[in-house]
Order: sequence, then structure tokens, then C-alpha cells
Amino acid sequence: MSPALVELRNISVSFGGVKAVDDVTVDLHPGEVVGLLGHNGAGKSTLIKVLSGAYHADRGEIFINGEKAAIANPRDARRYNIETIYQTLALADNLDASANLFLGRELTTSFGALDDVRMEAETREIMGRLNPNFRAFHAPVIALSGGQRQSVAIARAVYFNARILIMDEPTAALGVQETKMVADLILKLKAEGIGIFLISHDIEDVFDLADRVAVMKNGALVGTARVDDVSKDDVLGMIILGKCPPGAVRGPGATPEEQLASVAA
Amino acid sequence: MTEKAETAAEGEAPAHSRNPAAAGEHRPEAGPARGGIRGALRAMEVDMRLIGMVGALALIWIVFDLFTGGTFITPRNLFNLTVQTASVAVMACGMVFVIVARHIDLSVGSVLGFIAMMMGAFQADFIPQYLGFDHPATFVLTILFGVFIGLIVGALQGFLIGYLTIPSFIVTLGGLLVWRGAAWWVTEGRTIAPLDANFRVFGGGIGGTLGATWSWVFGAVAIVAIVAFAINNRRMRMHFKFPLKPVWAEITNAVVLSGAVVAFVWVMNAYPVPERAARRIAEARGIPIPESGLDWAQGIAVPVVVVALVALAMTYIAQRTKFGRYVFAMGGNPQAAELSGIDTKRMTLYIFMLMGALAAVSAVIASARLQSAANDLGTLDELRVIAAAVIGGTSLAGGVGTIYGAILGALVMQSLQSGMALIGIQTALQSIVIGSVLVLAVWIDQVYRKRIGD
Repeated sequence: MSPALVELRNISVSFGGVKAVDDVTVDLHPGEVVGLLGHNGAGKSTLIKVLSGAYHADRGEIFINGEKAAIANPRDARRYNIETIYQTLALADNLDASANLFLGRELTTSFGALDDVRMEAETREIMGRLNPNFRAFHAPVIALSGGQRQSVAIARAVYFNARILIMDEPTAALGVQETKMVADLILKLKAEGIGIFLISHDIEDVFDLADRVAVMKNGALVGTARVDDVSKDDVLGMIILGKCPPGAVRGPGATPEEQLASVAA
Repeated sequence: MTEKAETAAEGEAPAHSRNPAAAGEHRPEAGPARGGIRGALRAMEVDMRLIGMVGALALIWIVFDLFTGGTFITPRNLFNLTVQTASVAVMACGMVFVIVARHIDLSVGSVLGFIAMMMGAFQADFIPQYLGFDHPATFVLTILFGVFIGLIVGALQGFLIGYLTIPSFIVTLGGLLVWRGAAWWVTEGRTIAPLDANFRVFGGGIGGTLGATWSWVFGAVAIVAIVAFAINNRRMRMHFKFPLKPVWAEITNAVVLSGAVVAFVWVMNAYPVPERAARRIAEARGIPIPESGLDWAQGIAVPVVVVALVALAMTYIAQRTKFGRYVFAMGGNPQAAELSGIDTKRMTLYIFMLMGALAAVSAVIASARLQSAANDLGTLDELRVIAAAVIGGTSLAGGVGTIYGAILGALVMQSLQSGMALIGIQTALQSIVIGSVLVLAVWIDQVYRKRIGD
């Protein structure tokens, strides 16, 4: 079997005395969507921020295509073609769509000046493909709707040929129509062989889109499972009780069976 | 929808200003077409806040002119106004960057004083030991030395703010005291005079102006630049088939701007060099004095040329470079900037270094104007500079601000101050009025932003 696109191995992160992520191992293959599930505060976002370079792991290693990767900051992550779409939309509100799309990677003219016109042309091109209704090319993004802002963030990832895409609650701020647009987009990207970590606490969303789920509780991994092998109730049990069902691969955070039995009794 | 159809549909909606710095100005994408002056201004893509500030400035000038019996709007007073504004205007350009990036610099007045003293000692005490007095290279070396010190001071403060994450308010509040003390220390309080003759040119005093011919050359270059910029911009947009401004709007824009340049040069040239001073210069340069006497025009003052160059450079940096784009991104959403891979620590360092270098330029202008370096030079300038930036529409919340706004803001402040001085209002009352105007201006700006729907 070819090496995983990404493997996060034995990652631990603590803030002060609190272990936000405790010895978590997950992997992701090309063209696969892995849903990361768990309650608020289960450590999903923290884990994924290690991959995107926003946080440092205290322990553990990251492998990209089977090779050990050093990701110390968001710039390093980008070098590995890892793109992140954040829950708190990571856009500069006072800048327009094309300035945000190219933020940190601006196109420049031959003598080093910003090539705004070319960036606008590229932005019009990609937005025309992703969200044809998008028109507000010169408005600061604060004036846009949640969906329009999310499409700017997604366009950014797509434009820069992401191989590994991290989506942190990509539809949390969106309406029905826009949620569907994002879902379609995820399937399109998946078909192109991009690996996607989808962080969500909406189990319906994840079951529709993901190939596998990884469930976290109190910073530790309860288990991973193919969505075909488990039911939604099984996954809910993993999220709420930490109960690892038969179809799943057991993780260190799973509640021991005897303890579950005592709760049931 | 195809690219073409989309462009066509967009053509009906008013186009937007390309300037991220003018992000406060936001127009509806497909509003009903408006007629009249508003519609015309819209089509011309004029920043409405600019119109408002120019209007406010005109009002101030007219009111003072009425109260002073016609002495405010005279070539002489307007010339003095431009020279008096120069030092604060240069630093205000840097302060825009500092404030846009969500920082503040309270130390600029003290830094100006410190650098002025260092340059004074350098040109009057140090250089003459090697090159003698009034060597032609003295002023160049002195200015380079001053800018170098400015960069060092800025780097020090920027390092504390960016890398050690001490709040800029605290670091520069400390700087306010430290550099003022350091300014005294350079000569233990002694005022340094006289300064190098070439250096004094930057003060805009006697011999510190362009004269009639060079002023017109300066104006002509500015007009050529305005037209070339408009044509180039339009060509680029046509190349990518973007919506265009109507041709009449482009032409009106260029004509109004060029008209302003011509009017400015004409007014500056209408102020003559005093007969005695002209005679002295003529004798020094070995120019024969005609029977009819000397009728020389002052023209544009050298410090005003410096302001123009600084403003041009800073506007270019703000709108056309990655550095400028990142300053605005940091102000808009520091986290987003960081996640986009922008090294915000290093950016902070550079922003304060730039501020330090501009404080050095202001120190050249301020000390050259007084023809001496005293350790209290620039006292309270930090407040004038911040006020100029804020009156000019720079938001203390970060992310919004323009260079031309800051310069207009500096001009508004200086107009109020010198106008009241002309009328003979007490200093105490002057402070009260200026302080109130600052608060009022910011309030009006906030109301304006809310109504426009920013």
C-alpha cells in the first residue's frame, strides 16, 4: 500500500497543565475525506492546527507521503501544499476578495510591484468557476455574506493547488444553498485526489461526505472507522460515551468496556 | 455565466476604487443609477471622504480669511503654512502605517528631538574636524547619519514591540521619555548653531525654495505623472476587459488634479523673496543685481518637495507593494495575516524602522527651519502627528487609513493653529479649539462611515 498522504503520529499538545491533545494518531490518503468528530473542546481544532502550523506539538511526528515533515509555522505548511479553511474565517476584513485570495502569495510585476490587475483577473476566473454569483470584487470582504466569504477562503485553497485540505467547520456559518455548494465542492476536490480533513460536529454532514471518521474525546482518540462499517448511533456513542463499536479501530481514548458496563448497570 | 456576460453585467454597476487603503469606501454592487453631482462623483470614483476634508479645509481657510481681514488666503501666509506643516506631514505618513497595523507611536516627537541633536552635533562638531566647515558633502553625510539613527531607534522599539510583544503604547511611552532625555544628553542641553549652509536649505527659509522656474518644472512633472498614471491604469483594465470609468470622468479627474497643481505652483510663485534677502543671495552667488532691483519668486519650498516625495513613496508602498498590503492585512485581521504566512513580528520591526527613518527626515526639516538644533525640538509633535493621521481618516482600530488623508489632516491642524495665531487668540484657547476639533472630526468620520454602510 502506498504511504499515507498525511500521518499524524502520537501527537500531544498541552496548554499550561491541560492536555488539549493526548497521543493522537490519525492518517489521511489521497482522494479521501476523513471526518474529525467530537464535542467542543475535544481537541479536534487543536490537533489540526498542529498540521496547519498554527500550534506546535509537544510530542509526536508528522509524516507527509511517508517522509517526516517539519512544520513550524503556516508558511511551512503551505510548502507541503497544506491549505486550511478556518472556522473563524481567516480573512482580512478590510481587504477585497483578490487581496485576501492572494494574501501572503501576491502576484507581482517584473519589477516587484503588486500586480493588482492580474490578481483581480485570476480571482474573477476562479470565482466564476466556484461561485458564479460572486460579484463583489472590490468590496472589502466584511461587506460579504458568510457564504461569499467562505467561497473566497475555498478559492484560496483551490487556486494554490492544495494537496491536503483542512476544513474546520466549513459550513457552520452558511445557509442551506451555500452548504450544498461547499459539499459539492468537497466532492469535486476529492475526485481530484486531494485529501481532506473535515472537522465538524454535524454528524449528518460528515456521514454524507466522509470516507472515514476519527472521533476524539477529552483530547484523546476514541477510534477511527469507515463510515460503511458503523452506524450513526455507533458514532454518537463514540462521541458521547467514548464507546468504541465493533466495526471501529480502537484508540487510546476509548472508554474501557468494564467502565461502560458499570455505567449501563 | 461566462466571463464576458459577467463583465457586461458588472459594467452597469458602479465600479469601485481599487485602493485597499480606501476600503472604507464601499458602494452597492447594483444600486440604481444616480444622477446629479453624487452620481458624477461616483462615476469619477472619487473618495467622498477626500471631498469632505478638502471642503472642511476650504471652510477653515475662508472663515479665517474673513476674520483676519483677508490676510489668511495670501501667497505669503499659504507659503508659510506649507512650510510649517512639512515636518508633521512627513511623520504623519509613517504614523498611518503604524496605526493601520494596530500600533501607536508616542515617541516620534522625542525621537525627532534626539535625531536633530545627533545631526547637529555631527555636522557642527564632528564633521568639521575632518572636512572643515561648509564642505559640500556635509549635509549628505549628516542626513544619512540621521536616517541611520532613525532606523536604529525604530528597530529597537520595533523589536521590543514585535518580538518581545510589549505593547507599542508602553514601549513608545517609555521612548517618549528616553529619547527626550537622550536629546538633552547629546550636548548636555547646549543648543547647536549654526548648522551647515546646505543643510539649512531643507528648512524652506531664505534660499530654501525652488524659485519660479523650478517650481513650474516640478508642477509639469506632477501633471505628466497624473496623466501617465491615469492612461496606464486604463490600459491595464482594458487589457483584462474589466469595467472602465467613463472617459469624461477620467478626463475630469486629471483636469481637476492638474488644475490643483497649477494653482499651487502659481500661489507659491506669487510670494516674492524679500528684496534684502534676494540681494544677499545674489551677492553670495555672484549674480549681478539689476537697476530695477530683484523680483524673485519664492516658489515651492524645499521641505514641501520633501513632503511630496515622501507622500508619493509611501502611497506607492501602501498600494503597490507586498509590504503595504501586509500592513493593511495585519490591521484588518492580525490572526488571518499570521495564518497567511505573513511574518507579523518582522513586519512590526520594519514598520517602526520606517517610522524612525521618517522621524529623521522630519528632524532635518525642523532643525533646518530653526537653523539650530535644540533639545526641545519636536516637543508634543507625537500628538500633532497622531491627530493629523486620525483627522485624515486613519482608524485607531487598524486596517484603514490613507497617506493623502494624513497630509490633509496635518494641513487642517496647522491651518487652525496659524489661523488662530493670526487672529490673536490666546494660546490656551487655541489648545482648547484644536483639541475639540480633533474629537469632533473623529466623531463626524464615525457617523459618516456608519451612514455609508461600511
